[in-house]
Amino acid sequence: MSETTALGLSARTGAVMVGFTVIFTAVMAYTYEATKTQIAASASEEKMKLLTEVLPAAAYDNALLDDYVQLGPTGQLGLDDGGRIYRARKAGQPVALLVETTAPDGYSGRIELIVAVRADGSLSGVRAVAHRETPGLGDYIDPKKDKNKTSPWITQFGELKAADIPGCKVKKDGGQIAYHTGATISARAVTNAVARAARYATEHQDRLFAAKSGGPL
Amino acid sequence: MDFQAYRDIAWNGVWKQNTGVVQILGLCPILAVSNNIVNAVSLGLATILVMALSNLTIASLRNFIPYEIRIPVFILIIAALTTVVDLAFNAYLHELYLVLGIFIPLIVTNCIVLARVEAFAAKNEPVGSTIDGIAMGIGLTLVLTVLGAMREVVGSGTLLSGIDMIVPGAQPISLFGNDYPGFLVAILPPGAFFALGCLVAGRNWLEARKLARAHRAAAPVADTPAEAG
Repeated sequence: MSETTALGLSARTGAVMVGFTVIFTAVMAYTYEATKTQIAASASEEKMKLLTEVLPAAAYDNALLDDYVQLGPTGQLGLDDGGRIYRARKAGQPVALLVETTAPDGYSGRIELIVAVRADGSLSGVRAVAHRETPGLGDYIDPKKDKNKTSPWITQFGELKAADIPGCKVKKDGGQIAYHTGATISARAVTNAVARAARYATEHQDRLFAAKSGGPL
Repeated sequence: MDFQAYRDIAWNGVWKQNTGVVQILGLCPILAVSNNIVNAVSLGLATILVMALSNLTIASLRNFIPYEIRIPVFILIIAALTTVVDLAFNAYLHELYLVLGIFIPLIVTNCIVLARVEAFAAKNEPVGSTIDGIAMGIGLTLVLTVLGAMREVVGSGTLLSGIDMIVPGAQPISLFGNDYPGFLVAILPPGAFFALGCLVAGRNWLEARKLARAHRAAAPVADTPAEAG
């Protein structure tokens, strides 16, 4: 501790700081490497669980996570940064398209959704993947937060046939989708986004199923 | 240090210097996640882990950390440990991570971690420091739990909603039936301020009552309630 000049102090503390940075960066890098494969496995398992919620596993027999079209920014689906459409097939025949879509007009920002559209144009299911709707008010769009556990609000989309898609609006807008009074905006945002995704999937169905896996449309 | 000293450290952390209602530190996560019990306890547990680890690490390394750059080094170590905990949870406790995941990075921003490292771990030996970290974390968890319970009961009329994400099949308790309209203010951030205010007042009342009793017992040397920034 004899060296007390400003330069000496700077050099010493600088060297110690670099030492600590190197050590703890190494600790983080090691942890990252050690957990990488496990985290990737957990992430795809989680994704699979989500996809299974909108389309039962028995409905298809292909490797769903590996069979997708990578979309670029797509206005109709509200995707500013692009997204994926997963393709479910059984014995090579098209079964359903699982469309990642975003409702840009939620009450508190964007609502990310996944919409499963069967090949005949009917809906198999819809789930909210990420949202920031008001807790206790607008967050019933997420079945985990919906107080009605027996038939959560979002399950009514699973009943829609191809002919119902034009009526896929909230009742206030002249459609057939029920909503909770006082929280129309969240329901309307989701409903309109689902209708847009259903139309998109039906219109582009042939091209979507024919596109190369993992590639663009 | 002996057993008595460790007990004092623990009592300090849980009650006398409670982070939530005495030091009033780390309000950001308190306000953000105390809207129900499950969130509150989850964040509390993650905080206990990070505080114990960072106090242990820094107390062990304290002789190698130059005084002049201690704060950047502390932050570096806390951030690195939080990242390691985050990655480890994600990989090995994935179910829990789905619930805790968004809160773990928040812990870095919780000034209580840095405060305990600076005020305690930098000057004390590792075992005591670890106990301090755990005790402070438990104190915070208790406050978070009570806050979460108050806000959840008043705001949505339930207890333990979201428990099924941690214990599959468990059901939340509905206190007032499904017709309860809810009281949104309690769920939103202002409700956290109101509830925390009540807790601080309640604790001060308890301490004041204890003090008054001590006075009445004719021993006017009773210590004043602990204060801190």
